[in-house]
Amino acid sequence: MTVLSNGNAESYVKTPKIKFTKLFINGEFVDSVSGKTFETIDPRTEEVIARIAEGDKEDVDLAVKAAREAFDHGPWPRLPGCERRRIMLKFADLIDENIEELAALDTIDGGKLYNLGKIIDIPSAAETIRYYAGAADKIHGATLKMSRDLQAYTLHEPVGVVGHIIPWNFPSQMFVMKVGPALAAGCTMLVKPAEQTPLSALYYAYLAKLAGIPDGVLNVITGYGSTAGAAISSHMDIDKVSFTGSTEVGRLVMQAAAASNLKPVSLELGGKSPFIIFDDVDVDKVADLALQGSFYNKGEICVAGSRVFVQEGIYDKFLNKLEEKVKRWVVGDPFNPKVHQGPQVNKQQYDKILSYIEHGKKGGATLLSGGNPGGEKGYYIEPTIFTDVTDDMTIAKEEIFGPVMSVLKFKTVEEVIKRANATKYGLAAGIMTNDLNTANTVSRSIRAGVIWINCYFAFDKDLPYGGYKMSGFERDMGLEALNKYLQVKSVATPIHNSPWL
Amino acid sequence: MAARRISSLLSRSLPLLPRRGQKSYLGREFYQYSTAAAFEEPIKPPVNVEYNQLLINGQFVDAASGKTFPTLDPRTGEIITHVAEGDVEDINRAVAAARKAFDEGPWPKMTAYERTKIILRFADLVEKHNDEIAALETWDNGKLYEQSAEIEVPMFVRLFRYYAGWADKIHGLTIPADGAYHVQTLHEPIGVAGQIIPWNFPLLMLAWKVGPALASGNTVVLKTAEQTPLSALIVAKLFHEAGLPPGVLNIVSGFGPTAGAALCSHMDVDKLAFTGSTETGKVVLELSAKSNLKPVTLELGGKSPFIVCEDADVDQAVELAHFALFFNQGQCCCAGSRTFVHEKVYDEFLEKAKARALKRSVGDPFKPGMEQGPQIDAEQFEKILKYIRSGTEGGATLETGGDRLGMKGYYIQPTVFSDVKDDMLIAKDEIFGPVQTVLKFKDLDEVIRRANASRFGLAAGVFTHNLDTANTLMRALKVGTVWINCFDTFDATIPFGGYKMSGQGREKGEYSLKNYLQVKAVVAPVKNPAWL
Repeated sequence: MTVLSNGNAESYVKTPKIKFTKLFINGEFVDSVSGKTFETIDPRTEEVIARIAEGDKEDVDLAVKAAREAFDHGPWPRLPGCERRRIMLKFADLIDENIEELAALDTIDGGKLYNLGKIIDIPSAAETIRYYAGAADKIHGATLKMSRDLQAYTLHEPVGVVGHIIPWNFPSQMFVMKVGPALAAGCTMLVKPAEQTPLSALYYAYLAKLAGIPDGVLNVITGYGSTAGAAISSHMDIDKVSFTGSTEVGRLVMQAAAASNLKPVSLELGGKSPFIIFDDVDVDKVADLALQGSFYNKGEICVAGSRVFVQEGIYDKFLNKLEEKVKRWVVGDPFNPKVHQGPQVNKQQYDKILSYIEHGKKGGATLLSGGNPGGEKGYYIEPTIFTDVTDDMTIAKEEIFGPVMSVLKFKTVEEVIKRANATKYGLAAGIMTNDLNTANTVSRSIRAGVIWINCYFAFDKDLPYGGYKMSGFERDMGLEALNKYLQVKSVATPIHNSPWL
Repeated sequence: MAARRISSLLSRSLPLLPRRGQKSYLGREFYQYSTAAAFEEPIKPPVNVEYNQLLINGQFVDAASGKTFPTLDPRTGEIITHVAEGDVEDINRAVAAARKAFDEGPWPKMTAYERTKIILRFADLVEKHNDEIAALETWDNGKLYEQSAEIEVPMFVRLFRYYAGWADKIHGLTIPADGAYHVQTLHEPIGVAGQIIPWNFPLLMLAWKVGPALASGNTVVLKTAEQTPLSALIVAKLFHEAGLPPGVLNIVSGFGPTAGAALCSHMDVDKLAFTGSTETGKVVLELSAKSNLKPVTLELGGKSPFIVCEDADVDQAVELAHFALFFNQGQCCCAGSRTFVHEKVYDEFLEKAKARALKRSVGDPFKPGMEQGPQIDAEQFEKILKYIRSGTEGGATLETGGDRLGMKGYYIQPTVFSDVKDDMLIAKDEIFGPVQTVLKFKDLDEVIRRANASRFGLAAGVFTHNLDTANTLMRALKVGTVWINCFDTFDATIPFGGYKMSGQGREKGEYSLKNYLQVKAVVAPVKNPAWL
């Protein structure tokens, strides 16, 4: 591991001027009702980037009113799907035209790698919008096979006003992953971005308006979970809440929905995903993939392959490879193109990760690499690898959400299936083997929403993902995601003398 | 011009109907049909013909034989330009290019999303050239310029955008089997598709066929109708500008018995799709059977019933029935060419239908406000006039029309026959011209029986506000499309195709993708599965 300079963006990229700092309600940028603001911090320097309007219950009420009006009386749900598509395609083109600025916003706000933002996060945000644009005119119901003289069919109708609450680890991708299918379905919505990363969401709102998305259809309320987020979850006039974040907060969202109007909720929560390596693999290649699986995006990714199960035949060899490779994993300013890992998003996460690292050290795991903060300023942490981890250790059970890998040894297929499934989570799993039978057996046996065989983080627009167990329910991405934003209405009427039934 | 929403076509049938005392659906003043075409000089089309060669492997080339054929302006019968005449050798070249583009790529090997992007770029380019392409279409075909520019080219764009959205959403299934097997289906592009399209909607027919074929990763050899070769060449040129790799879409102009037959019997073509007459459809199917048994999609003729029930608002029914038959000079395979009218409203309907036909404005399709241009060519023109004579001789009552209009070009008077019987030729054959035949019926069972007593089964119109009647008719009619209180409601998403001798397979909508995909089942045992 190499630690480069941190906290100095000037030498690499000119940070963008912050254009949007207010709430976006009914097509306008407005101050919060209370007039309050909060600071958004650059995790590289711990300095304030901008003061952002702090939305609370009153602001959520205003946004819901606008979204309600836009849904109940506005054009959006009444446009043919192909017209919604036309506008969404324009939105996608506008995202493509502003890639560098959007990528820079996510970098200063979230500490994310600027280069990856430019080539992955932001272009794929445009692609996602384009994908769902193409789906807007392909929302099919069915005509049904009735058991008596009835003609029946289903209508898939937009669910109404949607509240999206999104996290800070992928501000752009989370935004489009929620907004894309909901727009395609004909819903109106408000988005509450994480208070750590409000900047790009406001920018997307501006682009959506430029593209022609009618006022009130897409509102953005920046603010905190316990205030604005809670107001969304418990609002009586919101028809659906879609949340991505921690399992603890997911539970609060669901409770608030239950206590208010029983709005359906979809949750995409935490994970402690197994990354399972069998004896037959190319150790060199798999070590690279395992590093990515744990350290990509500073380990701030819900599907991180944070439990690396290695079969005993290659265990030592694999550790040697990891040790060798992690030395070339560069931590530093995320604007620097040579850097693999930027700072953690904020002080709270940083402290939490360091405390997990202490747990690991005290709990008896062997520290193979890292284990320390990565510099004097900013929230940098060294990529940390623990070996000889056992299933009962805290670092093997809890989601750390940081650059901390736990390596565990196993003997047999049956054993690793059992251990991989012994978690409250079930988000993703990696299976590294070229043995077809092992791959097929393990992929059916792991109780998780995504299985990557000989790959990891293989996300795609068309690939649904989401969790089993306490990793949540319902799916984001793919055509599956549309279902979250659609009601199914069955229509039946008698028929007489039909020549067939 | 292109600004009018394409979606308007979806709703054109009812909202565009004139209320009592209002003007016709184009909202312009009426012309008595006997004057417009006869005395005026044809308007010079605002476009030049730039492309008249074959498009093979991304290049415009002459026919191997060096031969050309003239394409004619139906307003005058005069030559617009000479076009390269493709034959066996050109088909061979085009298939070889398509084969290479399929077998070696990059088209089927690139990501679906890249195909999506190229198709979207193509749609943007066509949108930019809307008026120019529309003018070419009208010049070559004789259809109204307003129809080309405001409906058909925008609809063409809409179709391609629709299929662009399918490219990255083509899903197979994972399948439960009886036993410990992991089963999945892969939906693979079928290969080289040979497509033959007619002259009545040259651009839209191209979009119906090329859109799903290319979105799903196939390569194409398309033969256009010899009457209307021009618009396909300019759009194919734009497709290449949008980034389509060479060999993926090849356009061969030429005749059915030569180029068309060569395509149908080619051993290296994996799939055929044909739209045209039932007679030719039979030949296409035979040639496929005699060569390599390639699967065939056929979209053929029709003699579609348009049923006006006793509860109908007669004025609305008259307007819709008129549109259903006369739209596009009656040159629609799905034209509502058997107008069944309930006896209770028959007399009123007939009187008003006749009046409506008399008011139809016929003339130069480039002239704003026209409702009807010339028929496509001399052959069709003569054929239609022959059917009209057979109607008169066979005992039907000629209410209006019945003759050519003017002395030049292929204009025909909007014609209405009453007292038509089911066994008359004009009630049985597809006329493909502006000839409405009105038949009387008494009850629902009778009209169902008579409407189904046809070798065709393409479409039907049902005009009623009675829910039971609508539900009964929609299930009883043996046709591929039932339009209830609307007609010719086309959209990219709505499948279209025929029962009986109106064809096989469906185009448009998700259904059309099936025409261009192979289904491969992949089966492997699973050891100790956690569930089955």
